Amino acid sequence: MRHIISMLLENEPGALSRVIGLFSQRNFNIETLNVAPTDDPTLSRLTVTTNGDERIIEQITKHLNRLIDVVKLVDLTEGAHIERELMLVKVKAQGSARDEVKRTADIFRAQIVDVTPSVYTVQITGDANKMDAFLQAVTPLGVLEVARTGVSGIARGDKVLSI
Amino acid sequence: MLARFLKDEGVEYIYGYPGGAALHIYDALFRQDDVKHILVRHEQAATHMADGYARASGKPGVVLVTSGPGATNAVTGIATAYMDSIPMVVLCGQVASHLIGEDAFQETDIVGVTRPIVKHSFSIRHPSDIPTVLKKAFYIASSGRPGPVVVDIPKDMTAPTERYEYVYPRKVKLRSYNPVSRGHTGQIRKAVELIMSARRPVIFAGGGVITGRASEALTALAHRLNLPVITSLMGLGAFPQNDPQSLGWPGMHGSYESNMAMHNSDLVLGVGVRFDDRVTNNVTRFCPDARIVHIDVDPSSISKTVQADVPIVGAADNVLNEMLNQIGQRTEAQEPLDEWWETINAWRDERRGKLYEPAAAGEPLKPQQVVEAVHRVTHGDAYVVTDVGQHQMFAAQYYKFNQPNRWISSSGLGTMGFGLPAAMGIKLNYPDEHVVLFTGEGSFQMMMQELSTCKQFGIPVKIVNLNNASLGMVRQWQDLNYKSRHAHSYMESLPDFEKLIEAYGFKAITVRTAEELEPALEEAFRSRDELVFLDIHVDPREHVYPMQVPQGAMCDMLLSKTERT
Ligand SMILES: Cc1ncc(C[n+]2csc(CCOP(=O)(O)OP(=O)(O)O)c2C)c(N)n1
Ligand SMILES: [Mg+2]
Repeated sequence: MRHIISMLLENEPGALSRVIGLFSQRNFNIETLNVAPTDDPTLSRLTVTTNGDERIIEQITKHLNRLIDVVKLVDLTEGAHIERELMLVKVKAQGSARDEVKRTADIFRAQIVDVTPSVYTVQITGDANKMDAFLQAVTPLGVLEVARTGVSGIARGDKVLSI
Repeated sequence: MLARFLKDEGVEYIYGYPGGAALHIYDALFRQDDVKHILVRHEQAATHMADGYARASGKPGVVLVTSGPGATNAVTGIATAYMDSIPMVVLCGQVASHLIGEDAFQETDIVGVTRPIVKHSFSIRHPSDIPTVLKKAFYIASSGRPGPVVVDIPKDMTAPTERYEYVYPRKVKLRSYNPVSRGHTGQIRKAVELIMSARRPVIFAGGGVITGRASEALTALAHRLNLPVITSLMGLGAFPQNDPQSLGWPGMHGSYESNMAMHNSDLVLGVGVRFDDRVTNNVTRFCPDARIVHIDVDPSSISKTVQADVPIVGAADNVLNEMLNQIGQRTEAQEPLDEWWETINAWRDERRGKLYEPAAAGEPLKPQQVVEAVHRVTHGDAYVVTDVGQHQMFAAQYYKFNQPNRWISSSGLGTMGFGLPAAMGIKLNYPDEHVVLFTGEGSFQMMMQELSTCKQFGIPVKIVNLNNASLGMVRQWQDLNYKSRHAHSYMESLPDFEKLIEAYGFKAITVRTAEELEPALEEAFRSRDELVFLDIHVDPREHVYPMQVPQGAMCDMLLSKTERT
């Protein structure tokens, strides 16, 4: 099953490499990875999506917790949560395809954020399924480049991940 | 600052080797007398010395090496300590901060190199951070599940021209690191329930009982409930082997009765063990009838290989005492274990006297009988250190341990060359004790340069070289799995060990026959302050048995060259 694990990480050099190294060292898989600072300058928030059965996910969370740089961790998929990703896609936009890209972007509530005579750059946010669906829809029109941020997420309701 | 910290932390010895990036530190060590530095002949030996000391004392061993090759030479020793959860602090010199990243002379990203084999690592960023960072390093290395911690120290961080106020930090605070001690009372209650109602229970105790100083509690619990006790190799000595409830150690070369008992048990109480693959054999066939209670300080050890029915995260000592406490308050009776003990005793009887055949007159000595003889002359209370190979297994099988911290061996990584420096680290700190190294001519040659260190610092270990003129363990696997094609498992052109040892100014005795053995041992062990090397020629065709059949259950064993379960 797919899991979204989000953690607060000491904002120290080397912390990120410890987390990533753990995944490769123990043969755990990383699908997406997203890291950025938080409101607390001493902490970054790191979110990974990974795949595995219950046992593997349990091992992943235990090993992550064992890292001294990991301050707090939550498996968002254990409860109701919001998942978002941002994607920028350059799509060929010439001739009839130009309208088709625009229409598809509208359907997905994506925005065209840059334009040249031959290319549209589309920005889209949503969960991973939406990204995949959009890509599928525009692939026949000619996708030139894709940049995805990887998943970020947060629990619904009053629950917070903080120290 | 660094030297003062080490003194205030109570460090008596550090083991190391100098070089450019560490010279400021060496100069500071030179100008004080509290912390003594032992100069090894190879940095790997420094880590094994620190490791041996840590295994015997329970306190972190301290290593000091220079940047680049000094630090990379230490890697094998760090990995060895990591695999066996041994507390160690490794101080690595580094090129000056402004050069980092430029491939400067002797620059290696040692924090990166060692990342998967340390519990944690630090880089010093400001000289004034040295005391707090070191305090954290010692605390992390020795608390919870111990392990090695690397501290990278750029040369400019120890520049003698700069002065900072020094205060010894008594306490450390780490917001993301709080090792648990007390186990969950409800889980402990469930565990007690299972143990009391089990008909064929066994205790399986590991290195965690030794590091957690829980031998007493373990022994009390075992006696209170009359439970059979199996210890892992790392746990040898956690329960006295002269106790009738001791079944020895299990696994690939474990005792027949311990493998049989564990396989047929209906409850395994694992304490500070990690159920590694050398014990379980094929996990899918591991203990088919047993429920598993698993106590460990490290949650990630639990259910890693074998799924626990009742996981208990906590320090062994604490949890075992709480169990005793709860048992004391219970009124229901425990299931009687008479039948179980009868079965176990029958397994014991089956193999009694059949473990190996001692050499007949004129035949080469058997390694097993040498270990038994050393056990006799040392009255079973030496510190026993080993290298890796057949001799290691024979030492573990035939030396009997009644106290914790006396069996010192690289189990998880199986590092040849570990033995001599580890033995030296112990002898240095326990000069009045016998420290015996069982080694093989293969392993010994990996670290024999340390004889020179023994000479310089007067470290009189006893070395028993079980010389089978071959990489015996490799040869055994080739006999069993490769139709005796001995690809590079024998050692042609061995040195004349007697001459070699004498070149360093030590005594060497060569032993070839059973008649020569006892007198040689008497002579070697007469005093505790003379290094003696016994070059004992043993039968190269000998195999270690029992030996579990690959991919089988624990109880599937070869018992000798001709017998199989
Ligand atoms: C550094 C290292 N290299 C290789 C091995 C693989 N290995 C395990 S046992 C062994 C043979 C050891 O020979 P020796 O020290 O003579 O002991 P014996 O088995 O003959 O008693 C080898 C090569 C190892 N454990 N460690
Ligand atoms: Mg050998």
